[in-house]
Amino acid sequence: MMEMRFETPKTAEAASALIAATPGLSKIFSGGTDLMVHMRSGNIKPELVLDIKSIAEMNVIAVENGGYRVGAAVNCMQLLENTAFATMWPGIIDGANLVGSIQVRGRATLGGNLCNASPGADTVPAMIAAGAIASIVGPNGRREIPVEQVPAGPGKTSLTKGELIVSFFLPKRAPHSGDAYLRFTPRTEMDIAVVGVGLSLTLDANGVCTHARVSLGAVADRALLVPEAAAALIGTTVDAVALAKLAAAASAAARPIDDKRGTKVFRIKVAGVLARRAAEKALARAKGNN
Amino acid sequence: MLTNTKDIQQVMKVVGTSPVRPDGVPKVTGQAQYGADYSLPGMLWAKVLRSPHAHARILSVDTSKALALSGVKSIILGSDFPEHPFDYVGPERVAQNYWHMTRNIMAREKALFEGHAIAAVAATTAAIAAEAVSLIDVKYEVLPHCIDVEDAMLPDAPLLFEDMITRGVEPAPSKPSNISKRLEFSTGDIAAGFASADEVVEMSFKTAAVHQGYIEPHSCLARYGADGQCELWSASQGHFVVRAYTAKLVGMEIGNLLVHPAEIGGGFGGKTVVYVEPMAVLLSRKTGLPVKIMMGREDVFKSTGPTSGSSMTVKIGVKKDGTIVAAEGLFKFQAGAFPGSPVMNATMCAFAPYIIPNVKSVGFDVVSNRPKSAAYRAPGSPISAFAVESVLDILAKKIGMDPLKLRLKNAVKAGSPTAWGPKHSHDGYAETIQVLLDHPGYQKPLGKNQGRGVASGFWFNGGGESTASVHINEDGTVVIATGSMDVGGSRASMALMAAETLGVPYESVRSTVADTASIGYNHVTGGSRVTYATGIAVVEACNKVIEDLRLRASLMWDTDIKNVVWSDGYAKPVDPSVGNFEPLSLKAIAGKRAVTGGPIGYEASTNAGGQAPGFSTQFVDVEVDPETGHVKILQFVAAQDVGRAIHRDYCAGQIVGGVVQGIGWALNEEYIYDSKGRLSNAGFLDYRIPVASDLPMIEAVLVEVPNPSHPFGVKGVGEANIVPPMAAIANAIENAIGRRMTELPMSPPRVLAAIDAG
Amino acid sequence: MSKHHVTTVINGDPVEFLCQPNVSLLDVLRNELNMTGTKEGCGTGDCGSCSVTLDGRLVCSCLVLGVEAHGKTIQTIEGMANGETLHVLQRKFLEHAALQCGICTPGFLIAARSLLERNNNPTEEEVRFWLAGNLCRCTGYNNIITAVLEAAREMRGA
Repeated sequence: MMEMRFETPKTAEAASALIAATPGLSKIFSGGTDLMVHMRSGNIKPELVLDIKSIAEMNVIAVENGGYRVGAAVNCMQLLENTAFATMWPGIIDGANLVGSIQVRGRATLGGNLCNASPGADTVPAMIAAGAIASIVGPNGRREIPVEQVPAGPGKTSLTKGELIVSFFLPKRAPHSGDAYLRFTPRTEMDIAVVGVGLSLTLDANGVCTHARVSLGAVADRALLVPEAAAALIGTTVDAVALAKLAAAASAAARPIDDKRGTKVFRIKVAGVLARRAAEKALARAKGNN
Repeated sequence: MLTNTKDIQQVMKVVGTSPVRPDGVPKVTGQAQYGADYSLPGMLWAKVLRSPHAHARILSVDTSKALALSGVKSIILGSDFPEHPFDYVGPERVAQNYWHMTRNIMAREKALFEGHAIAAVAATTAAIAAEAVSLIDVKYEVLPHCIDVEDAMLPDAPLLFEDMITRGVEPAPSKPSNISKRLEFSTGDIAAGFASADEVVEMSFKTAAVHQGYIEPHSCLARYGADGQCELWSASQGHFVVRAYTAKLVGMEIGNLLVHPAEIGGGFGGKTVVYVEPMAVLLSRKTGLPVKIMMGREDVFKSTGPTSGSSMTVKIGVKKDGTIVAAEGLFKFQAGAFPGSPVMNATMCAFAPYIIPNVKSVGFDVVSNRPKSAAYRAPGSPISAFAVESVLDILAKKIGMDPLKLRLKNAVKAGSPTAWGPKHSHDGYAETIQVLLDHPGYQKPLGKNQGRGVASGFWFNGGGESTASVHINEDGTVVIATGSMDVGGSRASMALMAAETLGVPYESVRSTVADTASIGYNHVTGGSRVTYATGIAVVEACNKVIEDLRLRASLMWDTDIKNVVWSDGYAKPVDPSVGNFEPLSLKAIAGKRAVTGGPIGYEASTNAGGQAPGFSTQFVDVEVDPETGHVKILQFVAAQDVGRAIHRDYCAGQIVGGVVQGIGWALNEEYIYDSKGRLSNAGFLDYRIPVASDLPMIEAVLVEVPNPSHPFGVKGVGEANIVPPMAAIANAIENAIGRRMTELPMSPPRVLAAIDAG
Repeated sequence: MSKHHVTTVINGDPVEFLCQPNVSLLDVLRNELNMTGTKEGCGTGDCGSCSVTLDGRLVCSCLVLGVEAHGKTIQTIEGMANGETLHVLQRKFLEHAALQCGICTPGFLIAARSLLERNNNPTEEEVRFWLAGNLCRCTGYNNIITAVLEAAREMRGA
């Protein structure tokens, strides 16, 4: 019989200590929308399940140094409902608004979506494109890393035993900035992304792109940060020529597999198409933001 | 909604309205009890061990560790069920073979598909039962498997049954194969027919297996008593059929099994068979306790019948003026692990809407290592229609004729021939085409990357055995009971027909579904038969009641019965000369029943014939994203001849529901298998049925060409609507992007590949 | 494994139960509390039949642990009507034939109520996207959407 303990720690340090004291498998129970499915199928049999949703610092959405501090246990609906955040980071909202269904979004969290480490996770590409930094608490104290360094392969993270992400920092937004996340799915909702693109860019006063970050989801074993794709936009007015180069760079960077959700050929092609469309959307938002 | 009524003489008072259904409030408040909602004290939970292999010999099954687990009460294997002789029984189109059926319930010699039940455990909790399942040790000899129908037909294909010799071939083959049966319907001279054609198109098509996708998994609760009497609560499309199958599979007399009709959460044909009921009954017999089984969603996809995948070739020849002169079809259908695909239906329905003098339609029923196929809404017809209606579209374009007009030119009507013998019995097809030609949406201009496609479809519809009873309560309210499971609102339709016949308000009629001990035999709720056949039984029972009400009134008035008429819900003197009598209501007559003869109630049974087929014609507008292959539905109009709409909203609901299933079938639904023959997408995440945001409002057009064989002119409505959508969408895609899709589903990677290939 | 003692409020009433930590809220509602109005269609959050609200938030109860209900409020379909008085959504579903087999109906009603509590004037598109997490195989969604829009209209007093 599977023996499972369920604890509700009040601080991140207490959570970390509980994990360290547990010889068997410990799982963080954030939204639970992935973990519950894995537990039901028997894929994951944890000895300890930690509900971290009562930890104060994991539930904040607050302005910090002109940017945002977002707790790792904030669920997608809470994020969508925070108009100030949504105005600053509509691309991250695009992603949060596509996770599962409204029911799933009422539970799914940024921390969980990142650490479940599905290559097709919908919030991850926009977080990478935004330059989000993950704040981690562990047995050796606190540390910070860019979010793109967290996923280490399908279902695997770079975190060590006892470490958990407590929050994310989104940097202050420069003027004339915009971000977007687009994904391809066969249905309009409810599907796992076949291809996902998160893109953030900043223009100068003349409409020339000075900064860009492009991230691809579902086309490799983890979400990718694609500097070559960003380079195609930087220094340009994001015109048709630049967009074509962007699309080509995105397709070139994609290294997908054939699986039940899409073929290699399809994903490579659509990565380019969506990169171009995401750039167009981010550009429109950047031009609307003064 | 638009309607097109033709020659309706009577003025209906309640038939044709849309009142609230009797089971409505229980369903919107969560009180209605479905198969998984029943519990009994002391109940055990059962879980099933299923084969992880697509094809394997079962060498041994060791249940000792599982039995030793505290809380486990019984474990059953295939050998615990009685054996049956190998024999196909019943009419050919719906023949059953219990030697196969018992093995489908639980494997014996071999596991024939991933998900094939091997053993079932009953324990005090579901968790203990599940743990016990994991402790059962099965030794398999894994065998090579085949999935695709063409692969299963190859000479060196792994054989599911080493002694399967193809039926329907003369002389019989000397070697076994996976081809269970060949059948053929021919008329005229096919070679001469094609020789006389001005244009001939031949094309091959493939479709994947799709599941009915009902949201409710199979569930039941069984209580077997020490006296050999068993009660079963089961969600099914026919509790009498459940009773018959379960009793035979478990080895008990039908009269000892009482099946209660639970509410059913969708069936579409997939719940006209049994999976969990024999297991629950047998476990209850062995343990002496009630046993509950609920299938998980994964098991539903892996272990219950989807409909067949297919490989088809269709060839049609037409004259320049659009007359179809010859049609040939080859239809190879996957039956799953046991014979019985709907290929016979498919070969018959394929060309049925058209007057064609020369037809040859050949079908193959082929087994392969996937779950045994089960009926899915007009079983077989949507599949062959995908091929036929696509080829007609190509021909229409070749001769420069509007595709609806091509169909109209060749449309069958009453007296037209069929390829399988009898003449068509009813009009109605042409009317469904005409109403679309007249529809403003058919002329709506199309934009870039947009296209419009049409298609038609035919389904036999059913008649068959039904029984209904009608009783008048002391207060004049009416209770009607049938044995027809209510899937789509038939309790309301029965009440409407009873109310109309008796001349009373709908609100005074209570409409119920009775258990197998409380009403006479009713065949399944399927085949679009219930409003027709059970409706006939209800009306007959009401007519018997009316005769008795006339008699009671005559006694109350002390006059001859011929002086009493029943009119608008009252007994009335036939004319004033009879006497100065106030009309008598149901309540007035019922109030005096004790002195006029006792309780007032009658039962009526029918084995209804004279049913009319279903015809549906549809058009759809799509928009294709040329860079991703994504197809969006812009407009969908579906016309169907319903004979007479008893409940307008529920008729329209059937049409819209069938169309949306067709949209899913066309665009995204398919069974995806890995190289080991295991299902990769056994859940609603990756088996993609349409969601609300995928669709616009679908428009249903009710055409009414009444069927004179039914008191209200009813024609079955449930099924014909799912036959056209896949071809209609393929035709619309072709119109949008100039590419012909010949494989279902027409998912984005396939559409994009077709765009890029051009 | 030992059970947790959970106290919660369901449909406004205080409720206590014991459950093992690995049991879903859906299983607790159905099997422990005999509240079978909430349905299991898939058990993996893909169909919405098990929708409830948890502290006012629309969720799939198959993805919530029973122990998480401790100290929280839950609303299920059984609490939607007020005695004999149906909620306007329930009435509209009946009037507009928004159900056929009805198995998905409790989930749709809970989800639709959650939408109308936030947005009492949704467009058809907004209703479709909000309800995308609720699968229906019978109706094709037409009448469900119409019923929700009509309920919104009545709730606005329009």
